[in-house]
Amino acid sequence: MKGDLTVEDSLRENRLFLNRIIASVSLMLLGVLVLVIRLIYLQIEGHQQYSSLSRENQVKISPITPTRGMILDRNGEPLADNYVTYSLEVVPEGIQDLKPLLEAISRLIHLTEAELQSFRDLMAKRKPFESVPVRLELSEEDLAKVAVKLPWLNGAEIRTRMMRRYPYRDLTAHVVGYIARINEKELSHLDPSEYLGTFFTGKNGLEKSYETVLHGRTGHQEYEANVKGRVVRELGKKPALDGANLYLSIDIGLQKVAMDALGDYRGAVVAIDPQTGDVLALASKPSYDPNPFIQGIDKKSYEALQGDEARPLYDRATRGAYPPGSTVKPFEALAGLELLGLPPLGRIACPGYYRLPGSKHKYRDWAHSGHGATDMHRAIVQSCDVYFYELASRLGIRRLHDFMQSRFGLGVPTGIDIAGEKGGLYPSEEWKKSRKRGDWSPGDTVIAGIGQGFVTATPIQMARATAILAHQGLDVEPRLVSRIRAGYDIEPPFPKNPNADRRLIEPGQWETVVSAMVDVIQKGTAHRIAAGLDYSIAGKTGTAQVFTVAQNQSYKSMRLTQSMRDHAWFIAFAPADNPKIAVAVIAENAGHGGTVAAPMARKVMDHYLHGLPHEN
Amino acid sequence: MKIDPILEALEDQKKPRFRFLSQLPIDIPLLGGLLLLSGIAMVVLYSASGQSLDVVLRQGLRLMLALLVMVGVAMIHPRQLANMSPILYLVGALMLVLVLLVGKISMGAQRWLDLGILRFQPSELTKLSTPMMLAWFMARYTPPPALKRLFGAALLILLPVLLIAKQPDLGTAILVGSSGAAVIFLSGISFKILAGLFVLGAGSLPLFWQLLHGYQRDRILMLLNPEADPLGRGYHIIQSKIAIGSGGVSGKGWLHGTQVHLEFLPESSTDFIFAVLAEEFGLIGCLGLLAAYAIILARCLYIVVQAKDRYSRYLAGALTLTFFVYVFVNMGMVIGILPVVGVPLPLVSYGGTATVTLLAGFGILMSIQVHQNRQFE
Repeated sequence: MKGDLTVEDSLRENRLFLNRIIASVSLMLLGVLVLVIRLIYLQIEGHQQYSSLSRENQVKISPITPTRGMILDRNGEPLADNYVTYSLEVVPEGIQDLKPLLEAISRLIHLTEAELQSFRDLMAKRKPFESVPVRLELSEEDLAKVAVKLPWLNGAEIRTRMMRRYPYRDLTAHVVGYIARINEKELSHLDPSEYLGTFFTGKNGLEKSYETVLHGRTGHQEYEANVKGRVVRELGKKPALDGANLYLSIDIGLQKVAMDALGDYRGAVVAIDPQTGDVLALASKPSYDPNPFIQGIDKKSYEALQGDEARPLYDRATRGAYPPGSTVKPFEALAGLELLGLPPLGRIACPGYYRLPGSKHKYRDWAHSGHGATDMHRAIVQSCDVYFYELASRLGIRRLHDFMQSRFGLGVPTGIDIAGEKGGLYPSEEWKKSRKRGDWSPGDTVIAGIGQGFVTATPIQMARATAILAHQGLDVEPRLVSRIRAGYDIEPPFPKNPNADRRLIEPGQWETVVSAMVDVIQKGTAHRIAAGLDYSIAGKTGTAQVFTVAQNQSYKSMRLTQSMRDHAWFIAFAPADNPKIAVAVIAENAGHGGTVAAPMARKVMDHYLHGLPHEN
Repeated sequence: MKIDPILEALEDQKKPRFRFLSQLPIDIPLLGGLLLLSGIAMVVLYSASGQSLDVVLRQGLRLMLALLVMVGVAMIHPRQLANMSPILYLVGALMLVLVLLVGKISMGAQRWLDLGILRFQPSELTKLSTPMMLAWFMARYTPPPALKRLFGAALLILLPVLLIAKQPDLGTAILVGSSGAAVIFLSGISFKILAGLFVLGAGSLPLFWQLLHGYQRDRILMLLNPEADPLGRGYHIIQSKIAIGSGGVSGKGWLHGTQVHLEFLPESSTDFIFAVLAEEFGLIGCLGLLAAYAIILARCLYIVVQAKDRYSRYLAGALTLTFFVYVFVNMGMVIGILPVVGVPLPLVSYGGTATVTLLAGFGILMSIQVHQNRQFE
């Protein structure tokens, strides 16, 4: 065929081929252009984004867990501390089948089905290279058994962990609270970077309210890890900052006295230093041992605690809202003195009952025959109900509500530094309209006058109100934690109000009320505790009705079950002329305040005041 | 005899300095380009292999062997190559059939033929025999080719391509197919027919989609949205893009690529070695590598244009174009604009067989170059 080609044909073919080569080169150049544009896009435009992705790939962070701060009483006695435990853990890396290992471990220290189940659960959730505990707390015997055999238990290791403990158990359970494993709900609002290596968080009490400072700051170790997570080299380290130690104003000795004073009654004792607001004792009974909660209490024990009618898990001191009964009377007297002038009522005749003008309804006095001619002093000393029915009616609920709330904090939480405080209630017309869908009636005011009806208050509220009274109207902010000790700057979670010392009531009328309260002990409703007193107490009893007695019946004729019996209240401060302690006591269904609650308060005050260094 | 010393000096210059080299059928500029690229490859491979001198030495040894093969091929006269083409083609096709019947399965695909002492991948042979056959076939007619010739050529291409795709080895099938197609393109197929084929190809895409294996479809889908499955099927592309992007303009420095050394980048010594270069040497390194390829391609194109007969032109042109396709498909895959198909970066990726085949191809180009200008008989 070659012979047939003419020169012209040959030239044409050459041209055609050259054209194709030019087209090919153009295509190649286009391809190179695409590659270069893409490379510029990735390496210049996307450089920053890909660099950070690359860093994320390479740098792994492992947390350094801080040691949780201790909680100590005012003398440095630990109420919550940490101890070292030895746990048996498995690092499953490189072990195909864990069964033989678990069986070998179980032959040494018997593993329960529950332990195996929890191990399997944790295995499923663990991160690569994380060890999984088989048993968190090895007994000394088990520790020895496992330690000897450890070289043959490939993949198992003994680690030390810090564990929490509450040496005073039920004595401080409601104050200190407890920590337990973080649950799903808490996980969502805890700072994930702070809790990387922490398994526990405060669930209750101070452990919860001071969680941020107790926990400390998690440090971290930065290291380069390969795709399988194995450490290649360490890049940097930021040590953990251990949690702050909390020094409480509580004295464990006084706390024990308060708990013991309650005896077998359900109830609460709160003691405050009126000068500082320091809470000296915060007792609630019955109580419980918080230690089993840390590792997760077993279901049966928990149900027993939950189902107990005495409700041991319930902190009565800060959450129990009770009708305060006659303990409100001194505060009400001050309202009368301030709002109606001196004397607000003068002397009234007490026939044993009170009637609103134009009404047949009788509001009984606790003394059926009445108190006779009664002035304010006598009304407080004898706890005359009629006098305070009358005073409340004169003041009206609006003025009473405003005064009680703004001056003595009734109906609002005290702001004590503990989780879950309840605020009680001091009712108002607006409150009844919105919450009860009813109009306020004059009768509501009458019974509010003796701390019944809608009125409720917690023991801590009554203690604070008493402290304000003792402090001659200066505000008192109750605090359990008096000092926070940390090796670094921290933000205290419950800062004191800078206006704390503002005077809530103008001084002037105190003498009337305080002298009446002193006479409550000397010759009034709490005269039983006067014997052998070497200091003066100003107090007020309260016997709060749990059950409303019908119009035509008397309290005594009712066959009352235990749970319908009156709550016994007593509030007091001492010494009356230089108050160092203010106390509020409630004993549920215990009957008369003067008989039951007042002696409890005296024990607390005795212990505290006799323990103080004598002033010259 | 008295001769002017200047003339004598000129005479001396004409004489080749290295007699031995001048006796070998070697094109010095092309060899220089290949050695430059191989040098770059060794440097990158040392890093990509986790600083394994062993790997680099083994690759060097393979390169030596491949260079010997290249010289051996270059010794064969293009005329002889043309004569061998149909036989080689038939042998290649037969072996592909054999592979499907009795081949060894490795990594889920049937690619190897066990010849007793030596395992052989017939698809490597077809990478050369297919363009040779097509060049032989098209060289017999005056361009532009008639439609029935094109039909015949298409059949010649499809036979090995389908057999390889069946193994399945999509990457090699694409390379073999494009080497044949390059011959048809160079032989002067009219652009009208080309446009028609393009429309036809686009129309048959859905059918092609049906023929793909599940994992092959995944790879194409992943290209469109790798973030959909970052730890699964999109992992290769994402980690590769991170490596390249984090390299920036000047790179993290040799042996300092974290993506590579912490093993986030998969197949860093083989198919994804370009990402290693991009991470450690940055955009500058990438452009440098492209320049090295450009030197080789430029010399190849020179040889193509210099070629005197049709067979030589077609074959040299097809091999040059296919070499570019290798580079483009691999880089396109690594930078995430083409689906992940198992195509190594020519002369840079770690691996023996592919290097030998590639250098045998360059041997053909050298044969075409040197036999026109020198006499070896």
